[in-house]
Amino acid sequence: MEALAANGSSILFYVFGALAVISALGVVTMRNPMYGAISLLSSFLCVAVLFLLRHAEFLAMVQIFVYGGGIMVLFLFVIMLINLHRLPEVKKFAGQSPVVILLALLLLGFFGWFFLQADFGPGFTRPEAFITADGEPLGNSQAVAWSLFTRHLLPFEIASIFLLIAMIGAVVLGRRQ
Amino acid sequence: MLEVTTTHYLVLSFVLFSIGIFGVAARRSMITVLMSIELVLNSVNLNLIAFSYQLSDLTGQVFAIFTITVAAGEAAVGLGILIALFRLRETTQLDEATELRG
Repeated sequence: MEALAANGSSILFYVFGALAVISALGVVTMRNPMYGAISLLSSFLCVAVLFLLRHAEFLAMVQIFVYGGGIMVLFLFVIMLINLHRLPEVKKFAGQSPVVILLALLLLGFFGWFFLQADFGPGFTRPEAFITADGEPLGNSQAVAWSLFTRHLLPFEIASIFLLIAMIGAVVLGRRQ
Repeated sequence: MLEVTTTHYLVLSFVLFSIGIFGVAARRSMITVLMSIELVLNSVNLNLIAFSYQLSDLTGQVFAIFTITVAAGEAAVGLGILIALFRLRETTQLDEATELRG
């Protein structure tokens, strides 16, 4: 029991990392896009737990709300909107997929080897950086908000314009001619 | 038990990234391709968070919020294109969209 408590975060990382990878594999292999979407949701939730383990509490909640709530609902709506009557007889993978598997494994091997070579040293030297807003220890949400509205105000405004453009684009694309 | 380091996060994030890239390149259904793009963007977020923790710098988390913004916009526009394709061709298979093949 003590060993479990001492290694809790490591165990959580391995369990939820494995679940995220399995669900991601489900996304790319499921024939029915509905099962794929549920798989994607599970992957997002597992990644949210991994965010929590890295002291990104606000971002974990944003991940669950925006990905798990907004984007997933959008996907599910569209999957239900278009009818998939020819589902059983269509081919799942395109003709180039053996080459793609090879390239993905090559990419994975190359970068994996590179990551394992790299030594980043001890991290998390200033834990207070994640909870300090305006010089006071208030919490992660306040710290992110403080950073967003002071140092990163211009990108924030550009993001809002980007969202407006995306919204107009989606409306124009979805309009009946 | 092994302590979880930044390297663990990088390897996990790259496994998710490779799976997403495979889905983008190998699947024929446009819905699955869009979902794979979301996987790729999400794995990049994992990377940003890992380095934010490593360097004790909040900027990585703020940047990840912008990535989520872009992912949301991309999903909206991509699904709009999907609906338009379905109206035009009655299909969501990408290799049946051959209008520009010539």
